[in-house]
Amino acid sequence: MDRTPHAYTPHDVARRETSEQLRARIPGWGADLDRADRPQFPELSLREDLTGARWEFPERQPGGESRERSIEHAFVTPVFGTAQPRRGLSGAIRKHAYAKYSEARAAHWLMLIAADRVEATGAHLMSIVRLHPDNPITETGITSELTRSGLSSRFGRKRSDTNHQWMDPVLVAGPFVAAAVVGAKALARARRTD
Amino acid sequence: MRAMVYRGPYKVRVENKEIPRIEHPNDAVVRVTMGAICGSDLHLYHGMMPDTRIGHTFGHEFIGVVHEVGSSVQNLAVGDRVMVPFNIFCGSCWYCARGLYSNCHNVNANATAVGAIYGYSHTCGGYDGGQSEFVRVPFADVGPTIIPDWMSDEDAVMLTDACPTGYFGAQLGDIAEGDSVVVFGAGPVGLFAAKSAWLMGAGRVVVIDHLEYRLEKAREFAHAETFNFTDYPDIVVEMKKQTDHLGFDVAIDAVGAEADGNLLMHVTSAKLKLQGGSPIALNWAIDSVRKGATVSVVGAYGPIFSAVKFGDALNKGLTIRGNQCPVKRQWPRLFEHVRNGHLKPSELVTHRFPLEHIAEGYHVFSAKLDGIIKPLVIPSAA
Ligand SMILES: NC(=O)c1ccc[n+]([C@@H]2O[C@H](COP(=O)([O-])OP(=O)(O)OC[C@H]3O[C@@H](n4cnc5c(N)ncnc54)[C@H](O)[C@@H]3O)[C@@H](O)[C@H]2O)c1
Ligand SMILES: [Zn+2]
Ligand SMILES: [Zn+2]
Repeated sequence: MDRTPHAYTPHDVARRETSEQLRARIPGWGADLDRADRPQFPELSLREDLTGARWEFPERQPGGESRERSIEHAFVTPVFGTAQPRRGLSGAIRKHAYAKYSEARAAHWLMLIAADRVEATGAHLMSIVRLHPDNPITETGITSELTRSGLSSRFGRKRSDTNHQWMDPVLVAGPFVAAAVVGAKALARARRTD
Repeated sequence: MRAMVYRGPYKVRVENKEIPRIEHPNDAVVRVTMGAICGSDLHLYHGMMPDTRIGHTFGHEFIGVVHEVGSSVQNLAVGDRVMVPFNIFCGSCWYCARGLYSNCHNVNANATAVGAIYGYSHTCGGYDGGQSEFVRVPFADVGPTIIPDWMSDEDAVMLTDACPTGYFGAQLGDIAEGDSVVVFGAGPVGLFAAKSAWLMGAGRVVVIDHLEYRLEKAREFAHAETFNFTDYPDIVVEMKKQTDHLGFDVAIDAVGAEADGNLLMHVTSAKLKLQGGSPIALNWAIDSVRKGATVSVVGAYGPIFSAVKFGDALNKGLTIRGNQCPVKRQWPRLFEHVRNGHLKPSELVTHRFPLEHIAEGYHVFSAKLDGIIKPLVIPSAA
């Protein structure tokens, strides 16, 4: 080593380009140089305009009584989402996860993840019963592998995600295959006992 | 109306749904004319976000036309062309009153740690999103803004999340004149962060990814030096060499929960959901900066714990700053930058999918096929 790297000496690393060079090369360079004049500073600044709000506390949206909430909240917030209310078994798990555990508890989140899987499985079964079955071809958009250069986008390109992308079809098709295997076994058993 | 719905991990379809109603006097219903898919939507699509319900309509980046307004709405009228920030916020709670719109306390009953986001699971409030023909927009007097005449639709939709978030990432880095900045991730957010770092006076901007086509965009669009992490046995060591063994002054994590580069980390989080996110890029950021540096985190992580190298962060005396971007707070400055040509957000749009083909859009964006950087979604009626 001919020179001691700067980290081991008191000196700053020399800049590669001066501010003048950068200003000439890069459009807009330094337009927001003033650190005190960036939209996020000072971080906590009381806004005089209250951004269009003409209330101190918003009027309450009706229907909050039965809605789940984080127990870290004092109440159901005055405005809330009403998409996909809780239903069925997954709904019961969710209700328990919210009622019992705060956001600080891993149990809260793991139960919610479990409820998601329970609901997805139920939804697949119901979609068959309701004659609007989930279509693993159209719903995964997998045909775009053919129309959007699936192979050439992936291979010979130093991508590091090809080592796990093969797992995706297994994750998606796994439950279908498992259901088929279980079904076939049950059928075979039923035949034998006939 | 037609709307994208979630059917379980890796599966989405388009269904008929009721047009949303006014549920609060300050609501509006907006007819969507253009939407987009965000890197954040991929975390939902892969089933990583707790309480993502079947039938949920995703989409937090959209513009449209006001279709109906509630009785107390004064700032908008039916027929106005509006852009809607991805955050839902009340404008008056302790946080909103201090400009922290992404941390609003009055809109997400399901959680206190995160504010509310359109179409982003019940953990983020349980509101259906904008990958559909119509969407309910709460606090219509507070969030949306009329699209200026001079602004294109594609610029406007990019200003609802990706562009402000990248700019915000650079701001959280507290960049001083001449600072060296390393950005992890060359998706739309990372590319805007790299570009914005120059506006704030960076002396050197480096972008890291493993997708060559995106690194090419980083060189051309963001004038950045680029490194493909697969070219190096250890990208952190390379970053030390690049900075005379000091490390960078600022790092920006624009990758988030599904980072690649370490199979074990990726699989335990993205596939097995045992972590709230794979913190590979975040750990690289922590290890690539100098002591006393700032690490800005705009890549998203879920609410479950992740294996972050906190000891290194502590021992190095780092400042770590992150948040969801308070989009509306960024707008006045960003509108200026777009108007005077410093930023052209629509340059990152590569794909436009009709709403009916959204499953294909999700797959192509998730698998990073066909040179995709930013996909837009166009509803049939638009
Ligand atoms: N904080 C916010 O307000 C906010 C807003 C929007 C998006 N986000 C988050 O920002 C992140 C990026 O969003 P996007 O739309 O650009 O997504 P994207 O998926 O298009 O981009 C992510 C990029 O990271 C790259 N990458 C993966 N592993 C990497 C690693 N170890 N090192 C470097 N690069 C790596 C990928 O190849 C990809 O190019 C996501 O996590 C998203 O959720 C946050
Ligand atoms: Zn987003
Ligand atoms: Zn608020």
